[in-house]
Formats: sequence, C-alpha cells, structure tokens
Amino acid sequence: MNAPNKSGWKPAMEAAEEGGVRGPVTTTGNRALMLEEPLLFEIGHAETTGVDLPPIGEGTSPRLGGFERSDPIGLVGLTEPETVRHYTRLSRQNYGIDLGFFPLGSCTMKHNPRLNEKLARLPGFADIHPLAPQSSVQGALEVIDELATWLKTLTGMPAVAMSPKAGAHGELCGILAIRAAHTAAGNPREVVLVPESAHGTNPATAAFAGYKVDNIPATPEGRVDVEALKARLGPDVAAVMITNPNTCGLFETDFRTIADAVHEVGGYVYCDGANFNAIVGRVRPGDLGVDAMHINLHKTFSTPHGGGGPGSGPVVFSEALAPFAPLPYVEKDATGELHIVEEENTDEEHQTFGRMTVFHGQMGMFTRALTYMLSHGADGLKQVAEDAVLNANYILRSLEDILHAPFADSGPCMHEALFGDKDFGGGLSTLDLAKGLIDEGYHPMTVYFPLVVHGAMLVEPTETESKASIDQFITAFRSVTERALAGDESLKQAPYYAPRRRLDETAAARKPRLTWETPEG
Amino acid sequence: MRYLPLTDTDRADMLAKVGASNIDDLFVDVPEVARLDGPIRDLPMHASEMAVERHMKRLAAKNLAAENTPFFLGAGAYRHHVPASVDTVIQRGEFLTAYTPYQPEIAQGTLQMLFEFQTQVARLYGCTVANASLYDGSTACWEAVAMATRVTKRKRAVLSGALHPHYAQVVKTMAQFTGDEIADSAPAIQTEPDLEGLTARIDDQTACVVVQYPDILGRISDLSKVAEAAHAKGALLVVVNTEPVALGAVKSPGEMGADIVVGEGQAIGVGLQFGGPYLGLFAVRDPKHVRQMPGRLCGETTDAEGKRGFVLTLSTREQHIRREKATSNICTNSGLCALAFSVHMTLLGEQGLRELAAENHRLACHAADRLEKVPGVRLLNRAFFNEFTLMLDGKPAREIVRNLADRGILGGVSLGRLYPGVKALEHALLVAVTETTTEDDIETLATELEALVKEPAQ
Repeated sequence: MNAPNKSGWKPAMEAAEEGGVRGPVTTTGNRALMLEEPLLFEIGHAETTGVDLPPIGEGTSPRLGGFERSDPIGLVGLTEPETVRHYTRLSRQNYGIDLGFFPLGSCTMKHNPRLNEKLARLPGFADIHPLAPQSSVQGALEVIDELATWLKTLTGMPAVAMSPKAGAHGELCGILAIRAAHTAAGNPREVVLVPESAHGTNPATAAFAGYKVDNIPATPEGRVDVEALKARLGPDVAAVMITNPNTCGLFETDFRTIADAVHEVGGYVYCDGANFNAIVGRVRPGDLGVDAMHINLHKTFSTPHGGGGPGSGPVVFSEALAPFAPLPYVEKDATGELHIVEEENTDEEHQTFGRMTVFHGQMGMFTRALTYMLSHGADGLKQVAEDAVLNANYILRSLEDILHAPFADSGPCMHEALFGDKDFGGGLSTLDLAKGLIDEGYHPMTVYFPLVVHGAMLVEPTETESKASIDQFITAFRSVTERALAGDESLKQAPYYAPRRRLDETAAARKPRLTWETPEG
Repeated sequence: MRYLPLTDTDRADMLAKVGASNIDDLFVDVPEVARLDGPIRDLPMHASEMAVERHMKRLAAKNLAAENTPFFLGAGAYRHHVPASVDTVIQRGEFLTAYTPYQPEIAQGTLQMLFEFQTQVARLYGCTVANASLYDGSTACWEAVAMATRVTKRKRAVLSGALHPHYAQVVKTMAQFTGDEIADSAPAIQTEPDLEGLTARIDDQTACVVVQYPDILGRISDLSKVAEAAHAKGALLVVVNTEPVALGAVKSPGEMGADIVVGEGQAIGVGLQFGGPYLGLFAVRDPKHVRQMPGRLCGETTDAEGKRGFVLTLSTREQHIRREKATSNICTNSGLCALAFSVHMTLLGEQGLRELAAENHRLACHAADRLEKVPGVRLLNRAFFNEFTLMLDGKPAREIVRNLADRGILGGVSLGRLYPGVKALEHALLVAVTETTTEDDIETLATELEALVKEPAQ
C-alpha cells in the first residue's frame, strides 16, 4: 500500500481495490493482449524443426576426419507457426520507435524509414559476397564511394574510412590513426585528454589504444573548460577527444580555439560525432579544425538501432591523418573503375595503420544511410538539424520552470535538453521518475549521463516527432515531475503497467544466470 | 519532406515559445567561421521515394547477385538459405526500432531473446557462457586475444598459420597499439595442418594460441592436442569458427578443450550483405572467466512481484561504468543480427541443424569428387566440412577466378587474393559448397574449370 501523496496519483489496481472493482486473476497469467511467453527451451524440442530441407541425397562416406559430433548439442526447435508466435509475443514486450516517443538522449532514436529496409534487401546488395571478383560488384563499390562523398561533403573533410562497425569502433579507428601519425613522426606520445562529460567509450578507446587518459573539467556553463585544457596541453598530449555538440546538449563555442591550441602543441583533435544530428547539413566539422570524427549511421542517418545494433561508424579524416586510414578502402582508378585497396596495394603514400575488420564494413547500413541521404538531400538534412534543435529547445523551455535545468542559462541547447533531479522529495530519484514515465507510455530519456549533472536526464526528441506528440510528452513529463517533487512514494514502485515490475539487477549480478540450464529429471 | 512532421505553423509557434525570432537564433553558439549561408553545396536536393528507389536499383543491378549464378565463395562468409519467417520477425518494429535494453521493464522481448541466443551459442560452441554478440568474427577474435592476455597476465599470442589472414591482420593491427606480441605465419600447403609446428611455438610467456576450426583451407584437425599443449604451458586455447553450420556435424571446440571460442555467426540467419553487418560470437568454457569477457551479457532475475525477467548484467566490466578500465570499448553490438541468428536457429533446432550440416557435407564431398576429376586439379584436403582447397595447374587461381566471373560463375576464393605475394599459395582455390549449391552448378564449374586450367599461363 502506498503512502498518501500530494498529487493524488494512484496506480489503477489500488484505485480499483478501493472502488471495489477488480479484474480476475487469470489462470494463464495473461491479461488480454498482454501475453506471457515461456523460454524457447521450455517449449521447443530437439526433434522439432521449422525447416523442410530437400531430402538428403545419396551419401558418400563422410570426410570429417573422425571428428563427428556424436553427443547432443542441446538445441531445440519450433515449427514455423510456433516460431512466429514465440517472437511476435516477445516483440510485444518491447518498446520501439514505431510504438511511441523514445527520447533516449545521445542515441538519436529517430524514425527508421522503411524505404531503407526495402532497398537494402535488393539481391544486388544483400546477396553479394565480400570477396566476389571486383568486376562483379561495381554497384556495391559505387554505393560505398557515393556514401563516402556525402560524408566528406557534409563534414567538409577530405577523407573517410568506411570500415568501422559502430561508433566505438570508429573512435578506435580515429585514435589508432592519430597514434600511427605520431609514431610516424617519431613519438606516439602518452596522453589523451577527455572531458568529464564524455561518453564512456572515449576513455575506454584511448586506453585500448595504449594511452593514458586525463580528464578535463567542465565549466559551470556545461562546456569544456578551455583554460584548464590549455594548461594541460603539452608535448605529451597525443589528442583531445571532444564531443560536439557535447553531452550536455550544448555547442562547444570555443571548439576552433581549442583545436588551434591542440594543433599548436602538435596534437590532434578527435571529435566524437555521436551528436552530429544537431548540426548535419548546417555546420561542417571540418571548418572547426577537426582531424578525425566518427559518424554513427545508426543515429544521424536513420539506420535502425535493432535492439542494440548493428551500428556503423565511418570516420572522416583531415589531410594530416588521411594517409594512415585503415584498409580496405575503395578507390577509383584512372579508367574510372572502382577497386578495393587492400594490403597488397599499399604504397609509400598510404601509411595505413592496418585493418580493423575482416571485410569492408557495414554494407547493409551503407545502403540504408545512402537511401536516407538521397531522400532528404542537402536541404532536407539541414531541416533535420533545425527541427531536431527546435524540438529540444521547446522541451527545455517547457519544463525548465519545474525541473532543474542546470545549463538553461548557457544559451540555446542543441538537439537534446538536460535536466537534473534537484529538489525531488521523499528520497525519490531520477530512476523513479524514469520508471513513472514508462507507466505513462514513454521510453525514458537517458538517465545518469552525463556524469557532470546529479541525477542527469538527457532528453533527445529528434526531428521525427510531431508537435502534438511533444506536447503530450511535456504534459506527461510535467505530471510525473510534480509527483517526484511532491515525494510521491508510489513512484518508488513504478512501473506498474509494464510487462514486468522493477527488476532486481543486484541479484542478477550477484549470482549470474547467463544461459538456460535444463532442469534435472 | 515525408520524414518531418513539423509544419511551418508549428515551427513558428515553437520558436515563439522558446523566444527565438528565427531558427538561426538557436545556432548562435556556432562560431562565425563555421556558419553557412544555405544548404551544403555540391549535394543533390531532396528526392521522392520513387526517384531514390530508381537510383538505388540501378546500382544494385550492376552487381552479380549470388542467386543468379553458380556460386562457390566462402572464406569467412557463407551463403545459406534463410527461411522467410526470419526476415519477417526481424522487421517487426518492436525489435527493429528498439535500442540496447537499458530499461528492462519495457525491453523483455529483446532481453529474453538475448538470453535464448546466449544459450544457443554456448551449446553450439560446447561452452558454458556466451555474450550478447560483438561486431563480427574478426573483432571477436581480437577480443579473445585481449581477454587471454588479461586472464593470463601474459602478452604473447601464437596464431595458427591457418587462421583467416584478415582475422590475423586485425589482431596484428590491434597488437601494435597494445604492445602485445603476435607470432604468426602463412599456411603451408599440406593435407594436414602442422600442429607440431604450432605447439612448438607455445612457451611459458604465451597467453593464448589461436586456431581456426575448420581452418582457412577447410581442414579439420584435432584441437585436443593443441589444448593439451597450451594448458601444459599455462596458456589458453582460443578457437575461431567462421562457419557455424559445421558445428552441426563436427565436435564442438569446447568439447575438445578450447577455453575461449569465438566466431562469425553470419552463416545462420544473417546473409552475405557484402561483408556486413555480421555477427561476432563469443563464448567461454570456464564460468570463472565470465568477468573478463567483453561486451553485453544478459542474465536472469526476478521482478518486484517475483516474476522471472531478464536484465543486462555484470556491467561493471563495461565502458559506460568502468570507462578507461573497461574490458572492451564496445557499446552497440549486433543485436538485430543476433535475433536473425536466433530465429533461424530456432527454426532449425537440433535436428534441422544436423540435417543442414549433413546436406552441406554431402554436397561438398560430391563437389570435391567431381572437381578432382578435372585434369590439372588436385584436392588438398583429406578432411573438410563444406569448404576445401583445390590446387590448380597452369595459371594462378586468381586469374582463373576472374576468368570464371567473366563467364558468369563465382567459382571460389583464390588464396592469391587472401595472401597476395605468397608464391606458394597462388595456385590454390578455396571452394565452398552449401545446401544452396545444385549439382548442375557443380557440373558447370567442373566444365569451365577444365577449359581454364588447360589454358597456358600468360
């Protein structure tokens, strides 16, 4: 039973109890359209299959070297109707952009156009092998080349590496190119500077590349502390990694100044491009002195997030870093034919740092992203940035009167609005507010990131929400915020209406159960 | 524009609400030097759905799709038939347009699927724990080496010469930056892999030995001998598999003593896609190594009402918590490809996978027999699953592959492409055969090869 609260909000079951109207406890545990689904291993059987293979032909004696697998593998199967139902039921326990507003800050959960999906599935793209003779895949190489041209033009950068598989892989690509450039100049240097507000991938990447990571503080206004950064610069600094627009949702006004200062001491400027959606088509990072920047095709260029990937993270490079780009890449020869440059074709000019992945990168994402770019065009992409930024500012200004907005006075925000949990009553936290939003039918914003704001809530609406959708969200957000400020204890148990109530993450980590174990007997 | 819901009236109202007179007011923090006076030049303006479709279809038509031709390519990417329901499931918006399950109460679909996927992978590999996926087989291979160096606190990795050369390149690329020492070599053209030579390179400074199974030449070898030799020196055995269907026919790496098993999951459910997105699989045999694993892990727990549910767990290994001390920098992985793999594996089941593997092997045996009869062609392998190496007389295999392509046949992967400049390998051709290959395809390849192998080298 929940303590009384000022806002008077009550979960329906409690209200129903008081009113004497209560639904039955069902024998199945289902509630109409809300259906429970057992684990695959509880419903499948080793001998069941949903695939009819052609009858196995006349056998010759096996030539497996005497290594036949005789013990059961432990897999189970379902027929096709059971398979479709299993996954359809599971899907209904998921929140996706198609279902509603998904303002997960820094993740850019925009609408995923279905034309992208359709065209990526053309057999000419989906059914070609990465090692097919190059004369048979000229259209695929053209897609890579055309997308590369778009990326270079949109960023104002002279070169791009297409093979990185996701944002963090792109960061690694950028930092490895920087390290290779320093090494070629005689000294790889020791330190990479990373602002406190950075994504966790930045320091992890720098460490993976063999660098020591030094943190740079933020100013009270939410931007990189330029003076602190300048004071830390020296011949040991290999690079700075700065997200722009930054994770507080602000444009780094002094980016050019920072870049010049870093270049002055012979360092390179890595820009984390996770937030490119705010400026695509309006600002070219090349004009700001960037040496390397990854672009998340699954954020800015609308390829689907797929429940955690696949992503795609091409990296644009300045002239200084271009020669160090990884293999393979696509080049046009004198006759206009496209070809893939691999280990064998490298020469003095190409001081590549090596290879990051077995093949050419995320082709399936390239076709989707190129489809999206062609759809929007230069004019549409500019409008994307403008609408994304307008929506975020609208949210910021519609909530700042009741919710702590630490950087509301630092000027307009870019594509995301940042709030903190100051003044929440009754020991309530950002997590409680987030779970309350779930009951209202929303995917919560990013929580507890960036680390520089207490109980951070990072709201990124993107440009693909209508004003009506955003207005409704603001109304819901205000109501849950009022409950949090009033110390409404019922929030501590939220969500009430999701397929699951709050899950015990501590127990999950204490005694990990990471695979299904068939019960004894 | 069809993807932008705001109307001009909305924009005006919203600008008024935020106190801006026009949109440029919201970009005042952009320094003068980076301001543009209009849409970026040298790029086309927006286009209709029809126009975009026309453009992309024109590009697609320039490629020779595998479905339209006799097709024998493998070397780390395999063409299998994917049941129609796989694509139907992965296109459900609740899967396609969800993200990493940070809010588990409304992501149980993805999480339960990942738990099932982890179980499928662990069992296929003969391991106890698998993670929720990495980018692809090659990055998983590097992550395995990096993990072995953490577990053993040693810095030397010994790579088998018969590891996919691009996988070896990825490992060597990363090792230049981490300071790890990588010992590798090109494969020797022989019927059996040189396991004695490999185990002789393991010393008491070795963190791991990395072996591909089946290997780059399609050979199958006794991993238990390598496991024994590695363990005797306190090193781990990392086994790389690029064709998961093979594990429906041959012993699992875990069964043979592998400590870390990684691989490419593309062959099941994902499709060729010119090399990506693919699916990195990663599993360990000993549960005590779990806390050194890279990437996301999904675990079982209960909710506040005691119902079973799933969450991402052990995240103190990961970058968003540990930052520079994380076990890997990976964030986004291959979630949707993991779903495709899992749905396809569910449709197959134990019996379906075994039948699929048997049919692959039967057809490959048939192809090997037929192709070996071509004058000037010799089969290298004694043992293989669905891919084997042919030695061709006359012209280098690379040239023959190009000649075959000119005749509309995708006849295999030449080792000359994979090992440019290695003279001893330039007459070797890798041929992969799956259930999608027909006996007619095999006959066509045999006939064309016969003509080409006879032609003298230029």
